[in-house]
Amino acid sequence: MTANVRYADVEVGTELPEQVYPVTRLDLVRYAGASGDFNPIHWNERVAKSVGLPNVIAHGMFTMAEAGRLVTDWAGDPGALVEYGVKFSAPVVVPDDDAGARISVSGVVKEKRDDNRVVIALTARSGGAKVLARANAVVRLP
Amino acid sequence: MAINRDCLGREYRAAQPYEVTRGKIREFAGAINDPNPLYTDVDAAKAAGHRDVVAPPTFPIIMGMDAAAQAAVDPELGLDFSLVVHGQQSFRYSRPLQAGDVVDNVTRITEVKNLGATEMITLETDISTVEGEHVVTSVNMLVVRGDAAKDRA
Repeated sequence: MTANVRYADVEVGTELPEQVYPVTRLDLVRYAGASGDFNPIHWNERVAKSVGLPNVIAHGMFTMAEAGRLVTDWAGDPGALVEYGVKFSAPVVVPDDDAGARISVSGVVKEKRDDNRVVIALTARSGGAKVLARANAVVRLP
Repeated sequence: MAINRDCLGREYRAAQPYEVTRGKIREFAGAINDPNPLYTDVDAAKAAGHRDVVAPPTFPIIMGMDAAAQAAVDPELGLDFSLVVHGQQSFRYSRPLQAGDVVDNVTRITEVKNLGATEMITLETDISTVEGEHVVTSVNMLVVRGDAAKDRA
C-alpha cells in the first residue's frame, strides 16, 4: 500500500469527503478490552445515567480513532501522520440497539507547510452534535 | 479535593518497558473497525517501507492511560479519577510505532489549571524505544468535573 495523495496534488481547500462510521455497544466493549479503558460510562447505562449522561457514551478515543481513519485512508499510509490532536466537545451517545450511533467525519486541507507537510482540519458529528473541536491532523506526503 | 499545584512538573515512569506486538496491534485495529492492511499484513507494511506492521495513530493511548492511572494513585496529587473525563488528546510522532518496538515512557505533569470549579490537568507522556529513540509524545488533558464534586459533598 503506497500513499494515495502527493503533496504537489494537494491544495488548501482540498476536501476529504465525508465518511460515516457506525458504533454499537459491542464496539465499545471491544474497544474497552483493547485499550484497557473500562470506565463504566462506556458500557453501563445505570452508571452513565447516574453521572448525568443521557446514556452510555463512546470513548472519546474511539471517536478520535474513527476521525483519524479518514486521514490515514486518504493519505494511504498511517505512518504519514505526524501530528494529531482533538478536543472532545460533546459525547457520542450510543443506544442499546443493533444500529447504535453514527459518527460522520469530513476534512479539509487548511494549510500546506514546508517539508511536505499538510494540515487537515476535521469535523466529526454524531446525533446532531459536533463531537470533536480543534481536530487537526498533520500528514507528511510524498 | 483540589489537585495539588505543588505537583506541577512531577514525573511518573512506567514500571517496565512496553512491548508492541503484532497481536496487540491487530486487536486494537479490530476494535476501531479499521481494516487497513498496514496494521495486520507484514508484507503490505514492508512494501510501504515499514520494518513491520504499524500501530494505529491512537494506539499509544494505552501508554497514556497507564500514566494517568499512576497519577490517579499518587496520594500527594489528589486526582479523583471517578470525576475525570477526557478533555483533549494529541499525539506528536517522530516516526510510526511498529510491532517489535520496546518502549519506555515517562510522563510529566505539564499544566494544572481551573475554570471555576472545574480543574484541568495535562499529562505529557514521552514514548521512546529502550535504545533511546523518541517515537511519539502523547498529550492527555483530563478534566476533573467540579460540579460532580459539589454533588458529592
